[in-house]
Amino acid sequence: MVGSGYEFTRTLAAPIDLDGTGRYVHWGVVQISVANLVVIALMVLVFVLAVLLPFPRGRKRR
Amino acid sequence: MSSAAPAPEHGWTGWLRRRVVAALPPEKLLPDSQPAYMSSWVYLFGVATVSSLAVVLVSGGLLALKGPAWWHVSAVGKYVNSLHLWSVELFMFVLVLHLWAKFFMAAWRGRRVLTWMTGAVAFLTSIGTAFSGYLVQQNFDSQWIADQAKDGMNAVGIGAFWNVLDFGQMLTWHIVLFPAVICLLSAWHVLLVRLRGIVPPIDAPAPDTHLIPPGQEERA
Repeated sequence: MVGSGYEFTRTLAAPIDLDGTGRYVHWGVVQISVANLVVIALMVLVFVLAVLLPFPRGRKRR
Repeated sequence: MSSAAPAPEHGWTGWLRRRVVAALPPEKLLPDSQPAYMSSWVYLFGVATVSSLAVVLVSGGLLALKGPAWWHVSAVGKYVNSLHLWSVELFMFVLVLHLWAKFFMAAWRGRRVLTWMTGAVAFLTSIGTAFSGYLVQQNFDSQWIADQAKDGMNAVGIGAFWNVLDFGQMLTWHIVLFPAVICLLSAWHVLLVRLRGIVPPIDAPAPDTHLIPPGQEERA
């Protein structure tokens, strides 16, 4: 019998399976894992947001 | 009434104190206000890097105290090991964003070349530290990485000196030598940032130009 704790863990683990074989993207001579590609995309997104989003004011600045 | 005269400053300690206080007075070393152009999220990646480095060092210190096999046999050890791994992930994430930001600002302007170089070398050192960390996990992953990496090290001629199959050597590099270099370079980097100031945007005047010695304005 499968307990609810197991189901909860399985639900959380379902989106990304870190125990399986990694998936790779092949683009000509470029070969990169999907995990690394996602991290790089996140970095670009955070960088763009950091540049574009307004910074809260309230502190005295020179 | 006579006022107390300042004590004479003799010897190399007095000389060093005068030089240090002149270069980095307290209000410059620990400022309580920042230039207006720093009102941007992009300026936070540097302090995020230092903050995550602190977590890396504390969690790594705990792992070093308990030994490299601790996380295999203890739930707390596994938690601390995970804390170490994910703080390193965050460290590398924000470190690269800091690098991108400073590259596009051309942050080596205004006599800040040494600031740029110390940051770049610290970045390269952190890659070596992370790599040696993978080698001391004491599992099949570290065995596979070491086995593959030895061919690369031998191919570039440093395999005899830097033996990735030698666990003791890699552990020493990972928990002593590399962290010492990173800490020294990071401290030097931050002091240089305080000394030279935060690099202004390319089209903005530097707010600290009054601190530049006469005759050297064109170098700023």
